[in-house]
Amino acid sequence: MLYREAGDFKTSYAADGQTFPIAFDRWGYYVAIAVAFLVIPFIIDDYWEKSVLVPVLIYAMAALGLNILTGYCGQLSLGTGGFMAVGAYASYKLMTAFPELNIFFVILLSGGVTAGVGLLFGLPSLRIKGFYLAVATLAAQFFLVWLFNKVPWFYNYSATGQINAPTRTFFGIEVTGPSAAPWATYLFCLLFVFIFAWAARNLTRGRLGRQWMAIRDMDIAAEIIGVNPLMAKLSAFAISSFYIGVAGALFFTVYLGAAEVGEAFGIDKSFLVLFMIIIGGLGSILGSFIGAAFMVLLPVLLKNLFVGGLDWPTDVAAHLQLVISGGLIILFLIVEPHGLAQLWRLLKEKLRLWPFPH
Amino acid sequence: MKLSRLSAITAAALLAASPALADLVFPSLSYRTGAYAASGIPFADGYADYFTLVNERDGGIGGVKARVPECETGYNTEKGVECYESTKGEGDGALLYQPLSTGITYQLIPKVSADGIPMHSMGYGRTSAANGKVFEWVFTYPTNYWAGASVAVKYILNENGGDISGKNIALLYHNSAYGKEPIRTLEELAKKHGFSLTLLPIDAPGQEQKSQWLQIRRERPDYVLFWGWGVMNQVAIQEAANIRYPMENFIGIWWSGAEPDVIPAGAGADGYKALAFFGTGDDWPIFDDIRKYVVDAGKAAGAGDNIGSVGYNRGLYAAMLAVEATKTAQELSGEKNITAAMMRDGMEALEITEEKLTALGLAGFGPTFKVTCANHGGPGLGAIQQWDADAQTWSIITDFVEPDMDVLQPLIDEDSAAYAAENGIEPRSCD
Repeated sequence: MLYREAGDFKTSYAADGQTFPIAFDRWGYYVAIAVAFLVIPFIIDDYWEKSVLVPVLIYAMAALGLNILTGYCGQLSLGTGGFMAVGAYASYKLMTAFPELNIFFVILLSGGVTAGVGLLFGLPSLRIKGFYLAVATLAAQFFLVWLFNKVPWFYNYSATGQINAPTRTFFGIEVTGPSAAPWATYLFCLLFVFIFAWAARNLTRGRLGRQWMAIRDMDIAAEIIGVNPLMAKLSAFAISSFYIGVAGALFFTVYLGAAEVGEAFGIDKSFLVLFMIIIGGLGSILGSFIGAAFMVLLPVLLKNLFVGGLDWPTDVAAHLQLVISGGLIILFLIVEPHGLAQLWRLLKEKLRLWPFPH
Repeated sequence: MKLSRLSAITAAALLAASPALADLVFPSLSYRTGAYAASGIPFADGYADYFTLVNERDGGIGGVKARVPECETGYNTEKGVECYESTKGEGDGALLYQPLSTGITYQLIPKVSADGIPMHSMGYGRTSAANGKVFEWVFTYPTNYWAGASVAVKYILNENGGDISGKNIALLYHNSAYGKEPIRTLEELAKKHGFSLTLLPIDAPGQEQKSQWLQIRRERPDYVLFWGWGVMNQVAIQEAANIRYPMENFIGIWWSGAEPDVIPAGAGADGYKALAFFGTGDDWPIFDDIRKYVVDAGKAAGAGDNIGSVGYNRGLYAAMLAVEATKTAQELSGEKNITAAMMRDGMEALEITEEKLTALGLAGFGPTFKVTCANHGGPGLGAIQQWDADAQTWSIITDFVEPDMDVLQPLIDEDSAAYAAENGIEPRSCD
């Protein structure tokens, strides 16, 4: 009923291969994008920006990055927090060393630096797989955090090791620093996430993405049919780290404005992003967004419900929130191991046939 | 139907705003969960209970009730930001933030300055915020970490007849902004007094300290200064007891000197010392009032079992300073319902005298001091308290002494100037 395919004819290969083959879906996507760019900026306040929208966007970016590596290429990684730290510290060093450099390029360059570091830590993936690789990337996580805590050059020899993002503008509009307007920081993050999600979608259905998926599904078979595992794995590590680095840079410059490496980019950040892609859906662009929204918003929602709505003590609410989040994660994984994105996919399938299921 | 109801609840929960009342709002960014809960719970209780006492006994501050909405941060900066954003607009706007976490404090300094809400980081936070010319909205009175480091060294000097050249002092610290704070000061003091400084970082949360204590055991530093917090304190004191390090030479900062830190080590913790900037125990008249108006009335925050503990007293002290600043602000502005800007002026004009303390039932509880436009850090007075494991009490064993401002002032000026330059702040002129 809702998803009608009748009368929706494809007359070219391009039309047949598009991301949203059903007209209704496509229009829904356009409307969502239009609302995100043209409506939301005008109605958000500080709270929606800092507690809801900006964190969701930034975590979605990190989840996209990890999804490329883990979801599409099958390389398990626990180094996300460390790579986000690389992005954050790279952006800090670039911002303070080249004050005239535009923040847009600062963030892209930070992604580039992280891609390099990711490439380096991706090298072991050529020899080791699965859980063993997870341990190698775990080493990256601990090493990077240790490095940024240990070497004062990274935090400009400040007395405390904290890094602070100075105010920077994009087309004359402040996007970092305490006085940046909510709509500006939101749009700035949205711009990045939109471009990168669009790029990720097209990467993953192109030649490179097919190589990644071939490696993920059966690496030996992939090699036999002509996929170069070196190129495929390293490109996945580099591109994934690029995304995560950009997420880390945005996280530090736009969202928090100050950071301390052990606290902001610890091992729990790696797990958080990993949970996001597992819950959202491995190997799915939409899943990255749903997973990020789920993991960021659920605690906020429960907190507002318990403390704001029911007036419970904050510690009870905090503990209960852990229980509920954990329980829901388990429940989702039992009911739908392929994540929320798969639920959405099934729902769409059902709606296409409704009301005449066979 | 079911889906739409669910989404309605979702929307309502996200939008949940508390009713707007004309109260004086003092949000409490507490942490009753996580690795620092043992230290966070008593503080949050004391903070809330003092405001409850003022509301119940005096009918509020100058007749206006105080409201303390609590928000759980778990010592996590992201949650801290969320808490700040969700509470700053409550009622007529939040009057004061006391985040009680160095990370969250650093996070919020630029934000409160932009939003025009004062912040009080009592005995923690960014030490150079003592320079009121640069940090207009941030207050650290009555003391700060650098003063603490200096007072500890002064105490060691005093014990050794004024000469500690050639001695070895180790700093055992939380490997974060908080723990790194005193390093610069101690390096300067090491130069001045000729002692050698060994730095021993411990990564958060701090249960794993074996290698650091191995090093202490090997090198036997004459004194160990300790900048720990939360679960890390108990582990360190237990480890010190295990290697039989002389407890009287082990001196913690004020965040490492509360009951939950020493009780787990039992008799081994006897003689452990820590810095203090206010009194210990519950031998002040105000505690009778708290029992009468708050605890017995069933209005105590939390379990009500922390009264008189170091953490509780710290929360109470913080709340007391906030209430006194509010009173000052009400006098200055002539308004009962003060705004955050008036609150700031009140904090800057705050003067704690012996008469005020006595009237509050807190005679001699803390040092007297006066905040000024240029000095938001207070005098930095500190004393040494010692743990008696048999009696299970902390007792203050020295007078409140002044830190070595000859060393501290240049550091404060230098660091705040760097912050001002980084952020394009033109320092205010104070006269």
